[in-house]
Amino acid sequence: MAFDAVLFYLFAALAVGASLLVIGQRNPVYSVLLLIASFAALAGLYVLLDAPFAAVTQMIVYAGAIMVLFLFVVMLLNVPREDAAEWDRSHPLNRPGAMRFGAVLAGLLLLELSWAVWHVSTRQPMALSETSPGSVASVAAIGRSIFTDYAFPFEATSVLILVAMVGAVILARRGQGLE
Amino acid sequence: MPAIDPVFIVQIALIVVVFHALLLSAAGMVWAERKVAARLQQRFGPTLVGPAGLLQPFADVLKLFFKEELRPKAADKILFHIAPIISAMTAFLAFCVVPFGPPSTFFGLLDKPVPLYVADVPVAVLVIFAVASMGVYGIVLAGWSSNSKYSLLGGLRSSAQMISYELSYGMALAAVLVLANSLSLQETVNAQAGYWHLFGVPVAPRWFVFVQPIGFFVFMTAGIAETNRAPFDFPEAEQELVAGYHTEYSSMSFALFFLAEYVNMVTVSAVATNLYLGGWHLQPLPEWLGIVWWFLKLSTLLFFYLWLRWTLPRYRYDQLMQFGWKFLLPLSVVNLLVTAAGVLYFGL
Amino acid sequence: MITLNHYLALSAMLFAIGTAGVFLRRNVITLLLSIEIMLNAVNLTFIAAGRQFAAVDGQVIVFFVMTVAAAEAAVGLAIVIALFRHRESLNPEAFTSLKW
Repeated sequence: MAFDAVLFYLFAALAVGASLLVIGQRNPVYSVLLLIASFAALAGLYVLLDAPFAAVTQMIVYAGAIMVLFLFVVMLLNVPREDAAEWDRSHPLNRPGAMRFGAVLAGLLLLELSWAVWHVSTRQPMALSETSPGSVASVAAIGRSIFTDYAFPFEATSVLILVAMVGAVILARRGQGLE
Repeated sequence: MPAIDPVFIVQIALIVVVFHALLLSAAGMVWAERKVAARLQQRFGPTLVGPAGLLQPFADVLKLFFKEELRPKAADKILFHIAPIISAMTAFLAFCVVPFGPPSTFFGLLDKPVPLYVADVPVAVLVIFAVASMGVYGIVLAGWSSNSKYSLLGGLRSSAQMISYELSYGMALAAVLVLANSLSLQETVNAQAGYWHLFGVPVAPRWFVFVQPIGFFVFMTAGIAETNRAPFDFPEAEQELVAGYHTEYSSMSFALFFLAEYVNMVTVSAVATNLYLGGWHLQPLPEWLGIVWWFLKLSTLLFFYLWLRWTLPRYRYDQLMQFGWKFLLPLSVVNLLVTAAGVLYFGL
Repeated sequence: MITLNHYLALSAMLFAIGTAGVFLRRNVITLLLSIEIMLNAVNLTFIAAGRQFAAVDGQVIVFFVMTVAAAEAAVGLAIVIALFRHRESLNPEAFTSLKW
């Protein structure tokens, strides 16, 4: 089981590192690509959690479709690298007093978050139950659940996708709107 | 030799063999393309280098190897180099889950049969689909990072074409899944064993292509569009007229893109062989000949790919997109519905 | 020994990173990317909990969350394109004409 632990830490480090870089660096195309790397790490974590279908669906839907859409938009709009605009410098919250207060609050939040994580991890750990993979992970079981227990949400998401398609086409259309 | 599992050795050997076989197959496809093109155009093709020009691809690789590696000054340094790597990587990755022979014991060397593919994944079909979605990124990034108008347009067009045809590809796959009742390619091939009998005489093998002719047509068409081959290669042919996503690439990066294209072709044909043409099953012959038979079917599909390229004129871009969205996608959805109805009511 | 707590802690970290991104970035596209990070953190929690309680519902809910995220990304990006055409800027501060 040590191999599992190594893989978990590897994927976790990749996911967290890539997400930090997504919000931390300035080039939007790199942000999109780093987010794809983060999604791939999460897909690896799903496989470790005995959910191969979720992992593959994550790659197909998120990394293969949604991120392609983001990439297209970034490339077509030729999004420039971000830099502080001049209204940033004259913003009332940019004064030193406000900055210090903000830094204090951020420090408190960081302390609280690390306390929570540490406290949770030193308690009685809930070990991941050793289920036989076939019972939880089989695609047939997922399909059966979707089409029986969750049949209404399934149909509702199909209506949602239709609405999103129509909305996206209309919103992004050039021209004066509805004629 | 205390505890080295022979199965482990076989698995490592499989990885090595599959990788080199794919490289060799790409080289073979380069040769075959030039020969087939030549014969279709009533000329000879490469004949000087090696017997019947068989060493021509290696000469090409040597030439490309010695060319200078250029990078436009305004191109994005990291992405320009990563893009062909992504293309080639996804092409090889997709073949990892494709089985190419029956589980074999290598003439009794092992005690239990080992299935002949690199990775044993229960959701193999979806993995192929996922990796195909990843292949779009190589092209988009190549087009964008070259920092040139024509590359960008070619890259965006090509990737829009690929994601449009992925839908029909997926629907055709879904119809086969309904028939085979499993997501694993190994199971799908095994579901095609045996023959249909008419009055006690075996008349046709139980291949899915006979049950799903439309599905096969949709799958192959979408596969050809996915790999950007003729007659759907407008984004690529733009480079004969203007430029495409790999204009600014030279020497080994260019070679990587073409390697990716040929390996993608091989993967699509291999998946089609397993899903529709029955894989390696041929009842009267011994099991271990299955690989040869599989390879013959694969070669037929690849020849078909080449034949199409040099026979048909290419689609214009808007015709191509219309064909994908307005004809192929509804056809594949109807195919799925009819297949599902058939399985429910007639128990196919 | 990797327990459920590890996965929950990782999910909390990713969610916090996503929230920080929403607050700190001056680019609507990066804003949308941070929202996707948050959604993924939640997905991880669902799958880990599903594995813990041996329920298939974890993966089913993740399936629905992904669908909703796809729809939301599509509409969000369409809005971004429409806004960009109007103002030629992707800074959320540029769209403050409804503020007083």
